[in-house]
Order: sequence, then structure tokens, then C-alpha cells
Amino acid sequence: MVAAAVTHLATDVLVVGAGGAGMYAAVAASREGRSVLLLDKGLVGRGGATIMAQMTVAAAIGQEEPDDWTLHLEDTLEAGRGICHEPLSRMLCERAPDRILEMERWGTRWAREGGHIKQVTAPGHRRKRCCYVDFLSTGPAVAATLRHQVATADRVRRVSNVAAIDLCVADGRVRGAVALDLSSGSLVTMAARAVILAAGGLTKIFRRNSASTNMGGEAYWLALEAGAELVDMEFVQFFPIAHLAPRLVGMDPIMWDPFRYKLGGRLLNGRFEEFIHRYGGEDGGRYTAPRDLASYAILKEVEAGRGSPHGGVYLDFRHLPEATLRTAFGPVIDRLLANGIDLTRMPVEVAPTAHYHMGGIAVDERLETRVAGLFAAGEAVGGPGGANRLSGNAISEAMVFGERAGHFAAEAAAGADPGWTEVYAERARAALAELRARKGSGRAPGVVQADLQDVMWEHAGPFRSREGLERALMCIHELRHELPDLTIADGDVFNLDVQDWYELKAMLRSAEAVVLSALQRTESRGAHQRLDAPQMSPAFEKNQLVSLAAGGLTSRWASVVRSGVRTA
Amino acid sequence: MTGRVTTLRVWRGAASEGNFARYEVPFEEGMSVLDALRWIRAHVDSSLAIRYSCINANACHTCMALVDGRVEYTCTARLTPAGVTVAPLPKRPVIRDLVTDTMPAEEKLG
Repeated sequence: MVAAAVTHLATDVLVVGAGGAGMYAAVAASREGRSVLLLDKGLVGRGGATIMAQMTVAAAIGQEEPDDWTLHLEDTLEAGRGICHEPLSRMLCERAPDRILEMERWGTRWAREGGHIKQVTAPGHRRKRCCYVDFLSTGPAVAATLRHQVATADRVRRVSNVAAIDLCVADGRVRGAVALDLSSGSLVTMAARAVILAAGGLTKIFRRNSASTNMGGEAYWLALEAGAELVDMEFVQFFPIAHLAPRLVGMDPIMWDPFRYKLGGRLLNGRFEEFIHRYGGEDGGRYTAPRDLASYAILKEVEAGRGSPHGGVYLDFRHLPEATLRTAFGPVIDRLLANGIDLTRMPVEVAPTAHYHMGGIAVDERLETRVAGLFAAGEAVGGPGGANRLSGNAISEAMVFGERAGHFAAEAAAGADPGWTEVYAERARAALAELRARKGSGRAPGVVQADLQDVMWEHAGPFRSREGLERALMCIHELRHELPDLTIADGDVFNLDVQDWYELKAMLRSAEAVVLSALQRTESRGAHQRLDAPQMSPAFEKNQLVSLAAGGLTSRWASVVRSGVRTA
Repeated sequence: MTGRVTTLRVWRGAASEGNFARYEVPFEEGMSVLDALRWIRAHVDSSLAIRYSCINANACHTCMALVDGRVEYTCTARLTPAGVTVAPLPKRPVIRDLVTDTMPAEEKLG
């Protein structure tokens, strides 16, 4: 195999991942005069999670009714069950209004009514503070606005189809990264004075997930390998009523929540009986149970043999006339009909799915990790949502942490040029050469990814126990042992096996961090539910930090970082 | 599972050199062309090059190909038991298989 040429690039700020957070970070660093390299393993501004979001963005702009960021903060901290990184939660709530208004100046058409931005209540918010773009178009609209901003910003170089595979660190400071150009198969080395990891979360490690193909935990893997810590990795948010059947294309699987908020919906088991009340919730045509209780009730019904044909339950809107449906969701009703789904005549099947990761890269109040010059933004950041993120806070996070990370990284990049040496790229170069030379006899890496997804869903999903988690850890180690023998197809150009192999490495590390953390937390709190320890324990009102030492993961406990600002 | 199968003819290779390969894929009501392409990668030949991100949501708009002669998003194009022919976009340089160069010029290296 011919060794392809190496491209070398140099920049002040390197942003890994060009979803909502990464694009915002690039714009922010650029407007402070820094050069920016914005990298995405897919196409810039097309991948990630933001573009898939169909729901709302929480920000206390107070246009629908009086509101204040301190109230938003109170709601966020309450949902986080005592373990939020409070300075980050505060940053999120205090700065979200500026981002909403800036996005509107940049052209995002937030839904308006009576001369102001329309805001609705999402669960857990005490005020009408959630902005959106009709109809179910919030994410695509935000992504389109930011794509335009990065395309017209000075000093921002966008690079698509290039995947970061290693960060370069020397003397405790990040120096750049090594990446793989998927189109050619060649290596790209990048010298950078500061690096922002904005490559999203890890929900792809679960069989049932609502993620794009990007969410394999690469940001976490890169951070660990660089010497940074992860925090709260046991807290994966499972969304209770993701679409399951009939097969629905062209829609985000978590689309049913806005229907439920606006119209009410009946949740029924496979025998068409209401069941939430058996688990302590309320039925009555408009189920209002919180996410964890709804997930629990659904999975228990399925376990008891009372599930729907595809292993979920029914969500039923048949009690509503078509005119009501059309008023609320306009063209979406036609998209459903095109999928053969007539809500006036049939229920749909729904089931819990991995949706979002509260845990992530441990950062300080400047969004910097313990590795100097290495920052994080967006879902990749751990801590602001604690044990449970509020609905509506994810896009706010992407915008606020993106802008702040861009700002602080620009500041960090102001110093002297640290210089670049080829030695920094050696580790990644050697690993890729080994991969290319290999004639494996094993399975393809994408197939092993599917095994890992099954393991994580069965044993580390919405409900956990010591026995299951120990089994998951064992399976993860077994799958990791397969890595050196996996088969990689020949060829350099757009070789997805190579991409799958790196993703699998990232997925295995992220999965291990989740399982290890979940094992140590012998209580139930927010999104982390242990069947063998169902109570929340004050002894566990603390955070868990995971790092890579001597080739293995270790975890330690730390006190929750409080903000000192107690709200009314 | 109904036990039904459908057949995909899929372009393999570069723009000028290549051929259509035939794949039999288990058919499920409502499945998309992308579902079938991903099934082929997982079960038959992982070297098939395809481009997609959001999988299902028709949000990323990166999975376009020529499906039975029409430009379509493979994530929303429905399969039928009659099968389909999938080729790369006609007016874009082919990178490999179904992947074409759809990147804006300024997002490329070199």
C-alpha cells in the first residue's frame, strides 16, 4: 500500500466537530482575531446533534412572560439532583438569552407572536421560556444560521471529511492534533495553540439511540488519551417515548414529545390499557409522568409480556380530530401520512432510547480541561446538567459553551507560538500504519460496534444492577481484545472500515467509562437508576471523575463545585 | 421478519471503472434505501463506501444518490420488494462507490 502524503496545517484555534457548539466556537474565536481551523469527520454544519433537534431552546429572555436567568438556573439545578457543576449551569442560564438574540440578528426565525419571540413551557421549567422554529425545525434552522456565520467569518478555515484521531500534548500543554482525511486516506497534522473538543456525546454506544452516526464518544476518547478527565459518565439520558414502529423515515425519532405537550397523548400497553398509574404516574388522556418513571413503566410492561408488537408501547392520538392535529403540526401531518401513519386511525409504537449524555469532559469555569489549552464545548462538556438535563437546555449549551469556549481558547492562543515537531504525530502515525498493514482474520469493526451496542443496552441501559454492569465490563474487555485482529478492507480512499475502527476504539473507552462510573455509584439519582440500589443517597451527592492511567481507566470522587450564588 | 427479500444493484468502484454489484437484503415494510445499504455494510461487505450522518431524520442531507435514475435522499427513499438500482450522483466527481464529492471547494484539503 502506498503511503499517502501528509498535509500539515497550522492555526491559532483548532475546533474538532462542526455541529452547533463547534461552529459557534469558531465564530467566537474568529471575532477575537484568531485564525480557526474547523474540522468535521462528516460535512461541516451537517452532522452532530444540533441539526437533528426538532424541539425547543430554553433561555430566560422573558418575552412571553416575566422571567429571569436565576429562575432558569434554579430549575436547572433542581433537575440536576444536587450534583450540577454550578458555575457551568450558571454560565448556561445567564448567557443563553444573549445567544438567542444574537442568533435572531443572524437570521434565525424564532417563532413570533404579537411582536415578540414566542416561548412555551417544556417539562421542568416553571416559566414559558422555550423558543423554537416552526414546524419542528429548530435544529436545522440553528445549523443553517451558524453555517452561514462560519462561511462568512474571517480567518475560519473549514475542513470536511477529516476525523481527528489523536491530540498532541507536550509539557502538559496541547500542541495540535493528528487527523485522517477520509477522502484520500492520508494523515493531516495540525499545529494549534488551543484546541476545542466539540464532537458531541456518546449515545451511539447503545443499541437504541436517537443519535446521528457521529455520537460515538470520540471527544471523550480524545480527551482521555490527552490526559484530561471525564465527569459524571454514569448519567445517560434515556428518552422514554422515541418512535419505534411503523418504520418512519425523514423524522427525528424523538419527535413525539412536542405532540404530547401540545395535544396530549394516551400511553397504552400492548392490550390497549393505560398503565402509568400502576407505577405511580397519572394517566387520563394526557400522560405527564417524568422521563425516568415513564421509561421504567414502559420497560416493565414489555418485560411482563404486555408490550406492543415491536417491544414498546402505544402512543395514541386517535381521540383528536384531524383539524386539531393540523392546526398544531401543519405539514408534519402530511409527512406522517407519507409514511403511512394516519394518527386519526392508528396509534404508533414508542420505546425508550438513549438520547443525550449529561456526563462528559471535565472542565473549569473557562471550559478548559486540566490539559492547558484543551477546551470543550457543547454536549461533550460534563457537569452543567448534573444527573438529569432539562428539556430545552441542549441547544442553549451548544450556543453558550460554544461561544465561551471560542472566547477562552482565543485568549489562550494569544501567547507565543509553541512550535511543532513531527514527533508529536508519531503515535498516531504508527497506529495508522499498523492498521493499514494488517491482514486481520476477525470481524469488521462496524459489526463489533453492533455487539457493543447490544451489551450496553442490555446491561447498562435505563435500569442497571451490579450483576449486569459487571457483565457489561467483562464484555467490553472481551471486545477490546478483538481490536488487534479486526479485518480492515483494503484501500485508502473513503475506507469506512478505518473510520469504524477508530470509532469503535472511542466507543469502547466511552462505554467503559459509563459502566465503571455506574458500578461505583451504588444509588439511584436522576438518569442513573440502579435496581439494586433504588434510593438516592446523600452520601453520593458528589461527582465522579474518570481518567486514563497506565492504560486503564480509574475513577475518583470529588466534591460538587458550587457557584456560591444561591437564587431566590 | 416476513422472510421476504429485495435486491439492490449498487455501483461499486470509481467513476469510470466499476460495475453494479447485486445484493439480496431482507425486506421489511417501510425500510429505506439507506437501511439496506447499512445492512449490506454490516452483513455482506463493509468496504461499501456510503455517506450519511443523521441516518433517519432527513436533517443532514448528506446521503444523496441516484435511486432508479432519480436524485434522492437514500434515508427517505423507500424500498419495495421489487428492488432498486443505486448509483452515485451523476454531476459530481465520484470518490468511491456511492460517495461523491459534495463538499464546497473551500472545505477541501490541498
